[in-house]
Amino acid sequence: MTASFNVRNAVAALVVAGLVLLPLYSSLSGNIFILTLFTRIVIFALAAISLNLIMGYGGMMSFGHAAYLGIGGYAVGILAFEGIGSGFIQFPVALASSALFALVIGALSLRTRGVYFIMITLAFAQMAYYVASGLARYGGDDGLTIYKRSDFGGLINLSGKVQFYYLCLFCLLGGIYLVWRIVNSRFGLVVQGLRSNEARMQAIGFPATRYRLVCFVIAGMMCGLSGALLANNTDFISPAVMYWTRSGDLMVMVILGGMGSLFGPVIGAIVYLVLEEFLSQLTEYWALVMGPLLLLIVLFGRGGIIGMLGRSGRD
Amino acid sequence: MTEPLLRVENLVRTFGGITATDNLSLEAATGELHAIIGPNGAGKTTLITQLTGQLQPNSGSIHFGGRDITRLPAYKRSALGLARSFQITSLLKDFTAADNVALAAQAHDGHSFYFWGNARKEKHLREAARSALSRVGLEPRADVIVSRLSHGEQRQLELAVALATKPRLLLLDEPMAGLGVSESARMVELLKELRREVTIILVEHDMEAVFALADRISVLVYGRVIACDVPAAIRTNEDVKRAYLGEQHAVTRHD
Repeated sequence: MTASFNVRNAVAALVVAGLVLLPLYSSLSGNIFILTLFTRIVIFALAAISLNLIMGYGGMMSFGHAAYLGIGGYAVGILAFEGIGSGFIQFPVALASSALFALVIGALSLRTRGVYFIMITLAFAQMAYYVASGLARYGGDDGLTIYKRSDFGGLINLSGKVQFYYLCLFCLLGGIYLVWRIVNSRFGLVVQGLRSNEARMQAIGFPATRYRLVCFVIAGMMCGLSGALLANNTDFISPAVMYWTRSGDLMVMVILGGMGSLFGPVIGAIVYLVLEEFLSQLTEYWALVMGPLLLLIVLFGRGGIIGMLGRSGRD
Repeated sequence: MTEPLLRVENLVRTFGGITATDNLSLEAATGELHAIIGPNGAGKTTLITQLTGQLQPNSGSIHFGGRDITRLPAYKRSALGLARSFQITSLLKDFTAADNVALAAQAHDGHSFYFWGNARKEKHLREAARSALSRVGLEPRADVIVSRLSHGEQRQLELAVALATKPRLLLLDEPMAGLGVSESARMVELLKELRREVTIILVEHDMEAVFALADRISVLVYGRVIACDVPAAIRTNEDVKRAYLGEQHAVTRHD
């Protein structure tokens, strides 16, 4: 591994610096909107990072990753609705229920490979979507308004825009650090080895499914955290966050930014959501511009945006 | 009589109407180099995949070190000391040579649910990788990504990966496949050394290599063993000549 300076690391460092300094810019320029937009971006970047762990490093093409956004979000929403406002309860419950969902889904779907895996994860996420739609007590299709954000006592006030932004950014950077440790650990090498050649890994003595399953659960929990933050950000949770197009958005972010690269999904999330924001202001038919743009990047830059910035050898 | 290291009894495996392994029995004693030869489609690779556990037989049994492993999954057989190389090179192509071998060592060094420490900085794993690589003469290429290694080097790496699991029995599926003359000769030299340390089952098309290396040879035709004997006897066996060597006079001309 090279620790030497390269373009990719420089871009990553610039992006992190930009994200850290963003609230300063926002308050100096009086541009509140940019802080709102980037809070959303940071939250989705965390979700994309978690998807990249299983999709990019683990070779598990999950098409149902948005389910965890919903599960994390509903954990916060339902508990708030039932009068439990403490974040010290809401967030652990969000993580635990995401983990449990991932464990069950993973145990069943990891028996399949390729297209079947894509389809079965999609099917489970759609099931979660319809279950949420059926929760009449919690708003059903219309969703559930969250009147009070998670309460962390005097520790941090989630209603403060800047404080909340930094909480989200802290979670994102923590997530990136975690993924970095994992992919270089023994566990991470096994998971990446399984992506590369499963028969070989089994022949040298690795039980494939249990390593994949643990990876799947870790990613689910990270995305569940993202969901809990998202619900706080929008003060609202509805089945729509679990809809399959949302899972597709997450996949696009990962592929756009660079699958299997540590920082790619963050860049993917930024580019995707910024483009979506500005193109949708220009025209109602923004998807007509976005589509070909994505196509070009996928066609001409195999490693996504981060891949175009030059090779790093290995992350 | 002592228990052989590997004992295969009445193994049957069918694919639809085709019987790929037909009531096959086979033994390999500890320390032996047992070669398996046979024409294309005789079921050699099918046999190997059943021995390693990637494929389940329809019936019959496989005992390894006195233990019934017929229903054991591949990774557990590996833990018991059964290692294989693949006929069609099967490596982690986007990893370095050293990573490939270190992972094999890691697989036999307890579980791998360690999420924090950098596995590439674990000294004993890297040492194990280096020593296996130097055994096959690949040490100078340790940090090269596998997809950039030559075919011959990848064949050598296959062997290093198998060795790193510290096997008691090495199943080699055509290790010379696709090698040039000098590379083949190197591989034969290497196998001559390895056979002193580990029991080997060698599936190979290169007759010169087989007759030079094997203690015993089993001849497989249509999924069954038609002869099993020392090389000299196999050479003169009429059944074998008829069924298999008939079209390959080159072999008999060697003595």
